[in-house]
Amino acid sequence: MLTEARAWAALDAVPDPEVPVVSVVELGIVRELHCRPEGVTVVVTPTYSGCPATEVIGDTIRAALHAAGAGEVDLQTRLDPAWTSDWIGEAAREKLRAYGIVPPSGKAAVGGAQPIRFVKRRLTCPRCGSEDTERLSEFGSTACKSTWRCKACLEPFEYFKPI
Amino acid sequence: MSQQHLEYVLRLGDNALILGQRLSEWCGRAPVIEEDLALANMALDLIGQARLLLTHAGKLEGQGRDEDQLAFLRVERDYRNVTLAELPNHDFGRTTVRNFLFSAFQVLLWERLARSTDTELAAIAAKSLKEARYHLNHAAEWVIRLGDGTAESQRRTQAALDHLWPYTAELFSADAADDAVAAAGIGPAWRELEAGWRASVRPVLEEATLTVPADTPFRSQGRLGRHSEHMGHLLATLQYMQRTYPGAQW
Repeated sequence: MLTEARAWAALDAVPDPEVPVVSVVELGIVRELHCRPEGVTVVVTPTYSGCPATEVIGDTIRAALHAAGAGEVDLQTRLDPAWTSDWIGEAAREKLRAYGIVPPSGKAAVGGAQPIRFVKRRLTCPRCGSEDTERLSEFGSTACKSTWRCKACLEPFEYFKPI
Repeated sequence: MSQQHLEYVLRLGDNALILGQRLSEWCGRAPVIEEDLALANMALDLIGQARLLLTHAGKLEGQGRDEDQLAFLRVERDYRNVTLAELPNHDFGRTTVRNFLFSAFQVLLWERLARSTDTELAAIAAKSLKEARYHLNHAAEWVIRLGDGTAESQRRTQAALDHLWPYTAELFSADAADDAVAAAGIGPAWRELEAGWRASVRPVLEEATLTVPADTPFRSQGRLGRHSEHMGHLLATLQYMQRTYPGAQW
């Protein structure tokens, strides 16, 4: 029987298809994992309702667990509690920055009293470190990122939105 | 009660589905690539929300219909979205104003539904709320930029607001299903959201130098299945593949 430690290790090798520098475990979307003699139950939560990577992630998780010798894989989706970018760990945040994506800053609006509209963020360019940056769009190549530009080194970069 | 509960969830799901379909029409056609991506991302969020809501509706109905059957195989009169969601995109200004008016409503609605006695609906709402806040933020910034922009952008944005405003009355019109759902603690009666919605949209419209149109007695009735002439054309595109090749998968 697969041990839980080995099952987690197998999942920690599964990259997020959109941001391959972090694993699905580091992203915080694997919520639970239980090993039984006949197989593994794994509970995942989607990042965004319409995230097109969700199905690919499911398939890759199944394949990784099968390859690790899990037997049957029971993949369950759970919505509650809703995924938050607060679940991205410190090490993963540094990996994102090194990859050119600024990790989410601060805590996501828990309770939701804060209208995003009035929060003016200043981001540090992940390439040159300048704070002279501006947001180009609230959305980027995926729903989870916004598009920014550094006015010092003139390079565009992405920001993983707090959610 | 269960029939009215189903009706309420279908209304939520169809709003997301139909506006998601409309926004997806912008894919590859928006004025700049950033907006092309933004509109496609918002369409994806809405279609994702619609999938969750229609799956839930199918379970409440208990007739074995899944999200695909509900999305693709109903007749026009069985769709329960508000008319505002199905109106054509027209120009970027009108698309943006609609997104603003609608997402301001959705944010208030999801906040309330996150406390629904229907736990599945509450989970969907808590998730959708995070997404809707970004939609509202994005649309509000554009409304200000376009309204308080050039003479041409101001003219178009005001025209968009004048055109769309009468359709917002439907968002707050109540019927029997609405009252039953509110009494059961499943969700707010639509009219309970009106004051908050006006308080949310007015400061942005003012900052955009736009004139809030006068209210009119006109009430669209898409939520009751009585749609505009645009709905059939939208459904023809939406349903084409499943009607032509029933059960097709890829």
